[in-house]
Amino acid sequence: MSEALKAILVRDLKLALRAGGGAGIGVMFFLAVVVITPFAIGPDMKLLARVGAAELWIGALLASLLGLDRIFAADQEDGSLDLLLMASLPLTLVAAAKGAAHWCATGLPLVVAAPLLGLLLGLEPTALGAAALTLLVGTPALTFLGLVGASLSVMLPRAGMLVAVLVLPLAIPVLIFGVAATEAASRGELFSAPFRLLLALSLFFLVLGPVAAAAALRHARD
Amino acid sequence: MPLIDLANPHRFMQLARVLIPAFAALATGLVAFGFYLGFRAPADALQGEAARIMYIHVPSAWLALGIYTLMAIAALGTLVWRHPLADVAGKAAAPIGAAFCLMCLLTGMLWGRPMWGAYWVWDARLTSVLVLFLLYLGVLALWRATDDPLRAGRAAAILTLVGFINVPIVKFSVDWWNTLHQPASVFRLDGPTIHPDILTPLLVSASGFAALFVALLLAAMRNEILRRRVQTLTLLAAAKGG
Amino acid sequence: MGANAGFIIAAYGVVAIVVGLLVAWVAIDFRKQKRALAELEARGITRRAAR
Repeated sequence: MSEALKAILVRDLKLALRAGGGAGIGVMFFLAVVVITPFAIGPDMKLLARVGAAELWIGALLASLLGLDRIFAADQEDGSLDLLLMASLPLTLVAAAKGAAHWCATGLPLVVAAPLLGLLLGLEPTALGAAALTLLVGTPALTFLGLVGASLSVMLPRAGMLVAVLVLPLAIPVLIFGVAATEAASRGELFSAPFRLLLALSLFFLVLGPVAAAAALRHARD
Repeated sequence: MPLIDLANPHRFMQLARVLIPAFAALATGLVAFGFYLGFRAPADALQGEAARIMYIHVPSAWLALGIYTLMAIAALGTLVWRHPLADVAGKAAAPIGAAFCLMCLLTGMLWGRPMWGAYWVWDARLTSVLVLFLLYLGVLALWRATDDPLRAGRAAAILTLVGFINVPIVKFSVDWWNTLHQPASVFRLDGPTIHPDILTPLLVSASGFAALFVALLLAAMRNEILRRRVQTLTLLAAAKGG
Repeated sequence: MGANAGFIIAAYGVVAIVVGLLVAWVAIDFRKQKRALAELEARGITRRAAR
């Protein structure tokens, strides 16, 4: 069974990284959000550095939400979703595998891009590292929470953008703890309370996401 | 009359005809009595006259959260127990709950201005209610996302449950966020501590609002059942070529 | 009622309006569905249970 799951993961990764797979869109959107911020609030580096951590997290959050409907959409279009549903693999694990692939393709690039974008916002070196680390720990929460939204968009084909909006309020705790963890880490305290809470959220959604997604997919079949 | 009878739409309609006016009357009586008691309480038991807004603000908050809880139970009914009226209840409750949530926010703003000088502050309670309002809007939007009531019902049920599970997490994180960013502030939008002179009118008003909710819910459920009948018959007519 | 009378009236007004809208929504929807059902019945389309 794990062979099959591994195959799903690899397949999804390959598809995402191919042209038209959407792997780069998240990072480009992240870049866009960070770049337009100074145009809105002015080029004062001190001010930008103050909101830097928050800016990176907002950008990462929006970029994650943007790519959500893609997780199951392509499979639904070409019918492979039906095959997956009919297979004897536990749906929860299938959803988890797809979520993991999606995170590798869209979440991880955000983590890598964050320190570079942080430079644009005048963050200190420690802050850059802090941002990358907390995003590494926090983006899985966003991806697996987004899995729920993605599966709902399978049930309701015209929902599309709506799904991102639905998931947004649920992502607020991740945002709160993520930014706080980044700021604590840039002050030198790595495993602060918010960091641990962020980690807890990621683990929590790692479970809740696939379970809820599997339920939604099962009902989509009816 | 066993509770299982409520599962029968026909039986439900019969019950509704009796219960809706009954609860409406109960609601009117309780709310009127509660407000009367509330305005009779001396002003210095409260922090000034404006605190009388509490009799509508606090019950709205209780109802907003209580209705969402009810929607979560209905969602379980839809997904797990397959109760025939569960998704009808969930769909009917959503706009009512959202309305109470909105009332809570608006009355909170109108209370905040005279008491603490600002229409809006990002304090823990108001912010949590705002996020709850967003969750309500999400469920409402989901119901409108497709014509098929059964599909919409299941999707809404899943979203409601996921949202419900997250409510304590959101509340905790918002509280935490608030203490993190709290300057040495005079704000305590929690309001005055509940003086016994205030408690009775508050509870009476809250019961009145709850009765109002039940009346509205039953009426909205009845409408939804009728709406589905109309839909089925319309399809039938189209099939017959009529 | 003091200087804050305006806010108190506004708050209770908000509640009255929102509750009023809810009641109106429920009542209007009820009439609409009843009318639709009556129309369908007039065209001879009924539920099996009613027959």
